[in-house]
Amino acid sequence: MKHLPRWRRPFFALAALPLAIVCTSALLHRGQVAAASPAAAAAAAAASTMKPAIAISNYSFHPGILTVRKGSTVIWVNRDDDVHTIKSTDGPEAFNSPALDTGSRFGFTFHQAGTYRYTCSVHPYMHGVIVVR
Amino acid sequence: MSKVIGSKGLGRRQAMQHLLWGGAGLLWTFAGGVPRALRLGGEAEAAEMRGLTFGQISDSHIGFKAGAHPSAEDTLSEAVGRMAALKPGFVIHTGDVSHLSAAGQFATAAEIMRGVKREVFYVPGEHDTIGDDGKLFFERFGRGGGSPGWYSFDTQGVHFVGLVNVLKLTQTGLGWLGPEQLQWLDQDLRHRGASTPIVVFAHMPMWSIYPQWGWGTDDAAPALAALRRFGSVTILNGHIHQVIQKVEGTVTYHTAYSTAFPQPAPGVGPGPGPLKVPADKLKALLGIRRLDLVADRMTVADTTLA
Repeated sequence: MKHLPRWRRPFFALAALPLAIVCTSALLHRGQVAAASPAAAAAAAAASTMKPAIAISNYSFHPGILTVRKGSTVIWVNRDDDVHTIKSTDGPEAFNSPALDTGSRFGFTFHQAGTYRYTCSVHPYMHGVIVVR
Repeated sequence: MSKVIGSKGLGRRQAMQHLLWGGAGLLWTFAGGVPRALRLGGEAEAAEMRGLTFGQISDSHIGFKAGAHPSAEDTLSEAVGRMAALKPGFVIHTGDVSHLSAAGQFATAAEIMRGVKREVFYVPGEHDTIGDDGKLFFERFGRGGGSPGWYSFDTQGVHFVGLVNVLKLTQTGLGWLGPEQLQWLDQDLRHRGASTPIVVFAHMPMWSIYPQWGWGTDDAAPALAALRRFGSVTILNGHIHQVIQKVEGTVTYHTAYSTAFPQPAPGVGPGPGPLKVPADKLKALLGIRRLDLVADRMTVADTTLA
């Protein structure tokens, strides 16, 4: 119901005529909830697709291990003066960024649960892990 | 520098100028792999022998920008101007031509390098092979039909070998030549006389300088085994943006200055990132290299852009 367009709400209330008076306050209450709901839904959506950030600095990934929900987009930001890349080495899905200059970002959305290991192809001694649940 | 020393007819007066020029940077001579100090008498003796002069430019990192750092284009242009003044027979570029393997960066580098007015022999650095295994690099700078990219050539009795050790780095970040290239090198060297002077150039150091930062080549040992029987082997590398030498029997190793930015001494600081230095100190840490081979003696002179 909370997704009903505004113009249909009075009709819905009419259909529930026997309970209309009794439920008016309740309906109004629910209407308020419904009215608040898009914001709440947006917040919830933002939470589920929130973009966790990993900073690349001093030739390492921070945090080195990050756990996110399925569907999350992870963003890497290069804070080093050197070039880095993000390249998966193990996991359900593969990803490989272009060269990331200082200040550049790369994002990847994880659709499958599992443990992903990645490195920087220019500095393969750098290692990071993304756990997707 | 007031006078360029040619490859032939080096007179005593020129030899002294040569020595003075060398004094502006680092001057090392190697005869049969043994370093020795230059003496004036030695120069006069050398004047009787034919020789070869060539240059090395490394780590131009076209596209690199950081804070107030002057552009890598400007410092490469300056390096190229100085190299052209030396009138070398040819120039080798030991990689990291570009910063991000971008087509535009390769084009810019090639245009600036044209200023040396000599043939340039390139090998790639790991910054030249990001994302495409060096496809763009080899299209523009490759020899012998593009990838895999290693090659050799001969000039004035000297055998030059360009190796590629950046296409597949090890998990610890070390350079790697791979069995195919090692086999090729073995074949390439097999039928050459031990008295042939050999010059090997590759981006990453061919000896272990600081493995924690990937400053070495994982499978260099078989390559060095194939080189060991030669009386004069000079190995020229880049990658670490500073001059470090090592002598091992008849094999001498030299890393080179960058023309773009310096890096810290091995293991100093949290990582091998660009060293931040005051603007007025920067050019004292960038430079070019001139090499003179007279008889079996290689003279290596590094000079800064300061």
